[in-house]
Order: sequence, then structure tokens, then C-alpha cells
Amino acid sequence: MPKWFTPAAILCGLMFIISPVLIARAPDEAAMGMVYKIYYYHMPSAWMFLLAPLVCGVSSAFFLARGRAEDDRRAWAAAELTVLFGALTLITGPLWARRAWGTWWVWDARLTSSLVGWMIGWAYLILRRYGGPGSDKLAAGVALFGAVNVPFIYISVNYWRTIHPPTTVVPKLRADMGVPLWFCVFAFLLLFILLMTMRLRLEHARTRLDAMYVALDE
Amino acid sequence: MTGPASRPPAAPFARTVWMVLRKDLTVEMRSGEIAYTTLVFAASCVLIFAFALVREGRAPEGGAAGILWIAILFASTLALGRAFERERQAETLRALLLAPVPRPAIYVGKLLGIVALVVATEAVLLPLVDFLFTARLFAHPFWLAGIVVTCTVGLASVGTLFAAMLVRARSRDMLLPVLLYPIVVPVIIAGVQGTAALLQPAFDAAVVRFWLLLLVTFDVVFVVLALWTFEAVMSD
Repeated sequence: MPKWFTPAAILCGLMFIISPVLIARAPDEAAMGMVYKIYYYHMPSAWMFLLAPLVCGVSSAFFLARGRAEDDRRAWAAAELTVLFGALTLITGPLWARRAWGTWWVWDARLTSSLVGWMIGWAYLILRRYGGPGSDKLAAGVALFGAVNVPFIYISVNYWRTIHPPTTVVPKLRADMGVPLWFCVFAFLLLFILLMTMRLRLEHARTRLDAMYVALDE
Repeated sequence: MTGPASRPPAAPFARTVWMVLRKDLTVEMRSGEIAYTTLVFAASCVLIFAFALVREGRAPEGGAAGILWIAILFASTLALGRAFERERQAETLRALLLAPVPRPAIYVGKLLGIVALVVATEAVLLPLVDFLFTARLFAHPFWLAGIVVTCTVGLASVGTLFAAMLVRARSRDMLLPVLLYPIVVPVIIAGVQGTAALLQPAFDAAVVRFWLLLLVTFDVVFVVLALWTFEAVMSD
């Protein structure tokens, strides 16, 4: 592991321990009271859910253009993080929606496109697992389409009539609400980087092990 | 001697597209295999939905648009799988890829062939849905044609790419819908909403135009992305 990994992991752990305290101290929202506070975890995980397919798509484009294995490994790791942060987003969202909107789910553009993005992440992983030889390039093709969906998810709330809060909410937040939010965003971003690093290292070790087995057979 | 200098000159793009398309259509005209199986399958889907959903001669509101596009999606998957299975069995896809022609032209030729097949299926499916669900689909024929063609191109653009990519993959029959459906869901939603807007008693052209423009946007994005990906993925 790189030298910075352990301190960063400790920092990330501390941030996740402190974050509930900051969230508890944040003021209640006028209309929803304290129910809105799930937003402090929902939105950062949703941002990572948008970041992961972009990393996956860009890495896949590089892999298709240059054919380097490390681009492919990064894309694979990012696809797994898409599914992980997608699951967090799609669990925390309905928990909030049940109290705020009175329903677990609505088929509006934001929720539907998010679900589609999550399913594309699953499709990528299923292809990698069951596609057999050559599935790396095939999966890279899927990842490009997954990345194209990201801007659509982001802008969907601004163009379609929906009850999901628009993208303009965050810049308008009061300081005592904004500080815990940005704290959580950095905690999730750090978690994203740490998981990505761990996953890349695991895949790198696996590749080396495979090379050793091949060398042993020869 | 190898190298670009020794290769024969590449055939022009449009000519290659036409040759691939003509080859696919000729094979299909002679055998009729994909057209007939796809058509019977799509009609069976619609009939099952009609048996399940039509009560006392009345279909559920907005059901016709959804059923039409579900049947088209399922039938297209069948057609895509078979179109490339044929190329795999005869090793003709490899021959096509080895030919000194631009790769994107092969993709466009295959895409047009699939679109032609699916549109032919739709030509039978649309009157069938219109009849079974008393849907008045043909009240605005030009808008309907626009929605149907753009939605089919969006569906086929991704489908052709993935079906071609999966030719060499294990369990390709299972993987095609798993990869295709999540990506084309937005196209199908736009197609269903556009068609549903056509069926409204109070026709609103602005709503239909919005869905049509969205479909055109999807088509442009998907075709451009597929052209680039096809070149890169099929390079081995």
C-alpha cells in the first residue's frame, strides 16, 4: 500500500465518526424537521455514484484507445464503486422520500435515470464475471454508455417536472447546514479514493500472481 | 510484404454501407428466417398482453403504447441475436472485419439492416396493436412515423454494437438483454411517452415534439458513441 494510505484511512474513519455529531448539531429544516438529515449521507453518496461511472467511462475510453491493463483495472474498480454508491443512494433516497413525499419511489426522470445508471453498473460487472475471454473490451463499451448517462442524471431534475430537489439547492444552503454537508462530501470522497486504491492494489496483486503461475507452468 | 502501402485501396464509405446492407437483405429475402420468427414472436407477445389486459373490449388507459414498445424491444433482441449468430456460424463477421473497408461502414450497414427488419415487423405490429387495443394509433401518421423510426434507430444502434461485440463472448444469448436493456431504457421510455402522447384524446403537438427531439438526441449520441466503440472494440 502507498505510504499515505494508513493515515488517510484513519482520517476517513475519524470523519465518519465525527459526521453524525455534526449532522445532529445542524439545524432542523423548516418544513421537514430533522427528517431531511439523511440528505447529509444521501447527497455525498449520490455524488460518488455520479463520479464512479465517469471514472469508469474515461478509464474505459483510455483502455480502448491505448490498450493498457491499468486503465482496465481502474474501470473495473470504478464499476464496483458505481454499484456500491448506487446502492447507498438508492437506499437512502427512498428512506427520505417516504417521510418527505409520502412514497418510497416515484418514476420521475432523476430516480429512473439513477436506477438505469445502477443497472448499467451491474451489467458491466455481470459481463466481466460471465463474459469469458475478451469481455474486458466489451465491458469498456458498456462503460462508455454508462458514463453518457451521468450528465443526464445530473440535469434531469432541472428539465423535467419532478418533486426531487433541483441542483440549485446546494449553493443556497445556509452555512450551518452547508458545513456538515461539505464535511460529509469530503469523507465520502476520501472513502471513494481509499476503496479505489485498495481495489486497484488487489487487482494488481492478482495479475502478478497469475503471471507467476504462468511462469511456474513454463 | 505488409503495411498500409501494400493494401488495396479502401472502398468508399457509402458503397461499403450499401454492400453490407444489400448482403443482409438478400440473405434475409432468401431465407426469411429472422423476419418471420421475429414477427410471429412479436405478434404472440401482443396477443398475450391482449388476453391478459383487455377486459370487455377495453384496454387499460395508456397500455397500448407500453405493450407496443415491449413487444418491439423483445422482438428486436431476438432479431439482433440471430442476425449475428448467423455471421458467427459462417465466420463471415471475421471476413467482413478483415476486408479493406472502413469499420464504421460495416457497423452502419449492419445497423441499417437491423432497422429495416425491425421497421418491417413494426409495420405489422402497429395495425395489430391499433386493432386489439382500439388505440387510434394512426390518427397522426407522420408523428407516429417519426417516433417509431427514431426510437427504432436508438434501440438498434446500441443493439447492433452489443450484438456484434458479444459474437465471441460466452453465454452471449443471456448477456445481450442484460447489457442492452438498461442502456436503451431511456429510449424506450421516450418512445412509450411519445406514443402515449399521440393517443391522448386532446392531441398536444408540443409534447410529442419534445419526446421526438429527445429521441433524436439519443440517436445522435448513441450512433456517434457506437461508431467510435465499434472501431475500437472490433480491432482484435
